[in-house]
This record gives sequence, C-alpha cells and structure tokens, in this order.
Amino acid sequence: MALREPAPEHVALLEKLIGALTARGILTEAEIAAKKSATEKASPQTGARMVARAWTDPAFRARLLADGTAAAEEFGVSLAGNPPLGVLEDTANLHHLVVCTLCSCYPRVVLGFPPHWYKSAAYRARAVRDPRGVLAEWGTHIPAGTQIRVVDSTADYRWMVLPMRPEGTEGWSEDQLTALLGAEELVGVALPKLALAKVA
Amino acid sequence: METQPASTHHDLGGNPKYRCTAVEPENPALSDFDKRVDALRVVLREKGLITTDEQRMKIESLPPEEYFGLSYYEKWLKGMAAVLVSRGIVTWEDVS
Amino acid sequence: MSPRYAAGAKVQVKNNRPETVMRLHLRTPHYVRGRQGIVLRALGSFPNPEDLAFNRPAPAKVLYHVLFEQPPVWNEGEAGDTLLVELFEHWLEPVES
Repeated sequence: MALREPAPEHVALLEKLIGALTARGILTEAEIAAKKSATEKASPQTGARMVARAWTDPAFRARLLADGTAAAEEFGVSLAGNPPLGVLEDTANLHHLVVCTLCSCYPRVVLGFPPHWYKSAAYRARAVRDPRGVLAEWGTHIPAGTQIRVVDSTADYRWMVLPMRPEGTEGWSEDQLTALLGAEELVGVALPKLALAKVA
Repeated sequence: METQPASTHHDLGGNPKYRCTAVEPENPALSDFDKRVDALRVVLREKGLITTDEQRMKIESLPPEEYFGLSYYEKWLKGMAAVLVSRGIVTWEDVS
Repeated sequence: MSPRYAAGAKVQVKNNRPETVMRLHLRTPHYVRGRQGIVLRALGSFPNPEDLAFNRPAPAKVLYHVLFEQPPVWNEGEAGDTLLVELFEHWLEPVES
C-alpha cells in the first residue's frame, strides 16, 4: 500500500504557511529542517531496548513501571516538553492493547512515528470493542482466560506495553532480546515471538 | 451509539460502522510532506504558538468528508493553519 | 492538588452530552458516559484540555486511570476483558457501595 499523495492545494497551503511564518520572523526553514532530522531518529528501537533491559534487570524493570519518563532518561531520551510515559505490565493473566480512539496519541519519543494502522478509523473504532478480532488481524491469539485490557490514551499520558518475556530466551543478550520487539509488540497487537529458528 | 451527534464523528471508540472493516497491518513510509508538516507542528508547539489541544479541536471541527477523506498530515496542516489564524499569528490572506 | 478519589473507589462517569448543545473539545469518550468503573490510581494533575483547546486559562484537574468491564459497555465481548481510560475528576461522581 502507498499513502495517498497530498492534494496540490495542501502542498501549496504548507508552503504559504511556512512562507508567512518565516516572513514574520517567527521561525526559519533551518529550524524546520533540524526538527525533521531529529524526529526521524526516534524509532521503536528505543522502546525495544528499554523492554529488553527490563527483562534482564529486575531493578530497572521496577523503575520502568514506576516512572517511564525517568526510565527513558536513563536511555538518554529526554521527554522534556513531551507527555509523560506510562508503561503497562503484561502478565500471564493480563494482556494490554494501546489505542487512542479520539485521535492517535502515541508514545512517539520512545516508539517513533505512529504506524498507519494505529491512526486508522478501523483500529480506533474496533480496538476498544473487539480487541480479540483486531489482534487476529496480526494472527495474535490471547486465550479466553487471559484478560485483555484495552488502554485508551484519552489524556496526558502516552502508553507502552511491557510484554512478557518469551519462553526459550534464557541467556539471551539484550541485543537479541531487543530484536524481538517492534511497534506491534509494544502497542500490544502482537506478542514477541522467536523467529523461525535459523539453521544452527 | 445511534444517538451520537454528528459533530463528534472523531469519537470513534466502538463505532459499529467499522465492525467489519479490516485493520490493514501495513505501515507505508511517510512522505516529505508528512514529515515537514510534523516538524512544523513541533517547532510551533515548542515556541508556545500552538497547543496540541487547539490543533485537535480544529481537526475535530473538520466536516466528516474531510475528517475521513484527507490524509492524516493534511488534517494536521489544516488544523495548524486554523489555530494560527485563530490566534492572529498569521492571517487568512497569508495562506490563501 | 489532592485527589478526591482513592485507588479502588467506585465511580460513575457523568452522563452529560454537552457537545450536543455547543462545540466543545472533550476527552471523555462517549462509550464511558454514564458507565461505572473503578479507579486504578490517580495519574497527577494536568491543565484541563477542554480549556486549552480554546486557548484560554486552563486550571489543573486531577486525572485518573479508571477501569471498566467491557461486556456491559458494548453488550458483547469476552467476560473479564476491560477498558482502562484516562478521565478527569470533573467527569466522575462517587458511587455508593
């Protein structure tokens, strides 16, 4: 799928708006370019590394769950000027799924740009009402005895899931564990799973 | 749900219209336009010239055909422009 | 600013629909209006988004994480599945046990 190109009048609107703002000395093209460049660096790798650390370091895990914002600082990621980060702990009996039904709030500082599907009307409408059906779109099945808790980001917090560490990863390095985690796992539509085993 | 007023079409949680709509797991890359709109928004927000809340409200005020028809960043751009004009930071003539 | 509701408090979301009378910016989804839930915890105080949206002074309000059972909200769904929603104090009323 490719995203639809913006309509020409909106391309023009963007340039007129930036032109007016620069002409009035409110901002510069350089500031926009710098911000674009900085934002592109944010990615789900950050959230993945935080979860991998939590899986191997119980003290960090406790800090992450108590204060996601402070834990992100430990990874050199400042949330200053951004909404606080909350982290949701999955257990054997509890699986979290994050959504923003009202718009598309997303923990961008630790996960990067929100995925296209996260912003879609279908996800926003269905996640709170049919979470099991939505997870099935990713082939994810949560047993009936496990509670699915759908977390609707309606206000000031941004939420990331701390999934359960998969079986069979004993002794894995943080890098190996990080590789199991992407946006899907950190939003809760997928479970971290060991890749089909590489030939030994 | 059936009594939900049209002016809150953004309040999508549980909307039965989508119960059979697939969520497509693809995540296509953002365009330069998208990233430029996003960067502009952050710069304006950090300068205290716009809040996320004002922008959200302007986007929620778009008529349904635009709310559901325009791309995500086209809506952000329209929302931002509307806030800046509302605040008197630019005029409608500046962006026409 | 001290929270009115403690963790574990039973609360009901106000059943108001002021958006049918005038244009507002609300962060209380329609699907919880009039529903009963349980306060998981207070999340801190934040400026009221309903005011920020209109670029006017926004007093801080206490924000809560409130837990709802899914099946009563939708008349469908898996028993035991829940919804966890951030709601501001002025949208909540106490429920007598």
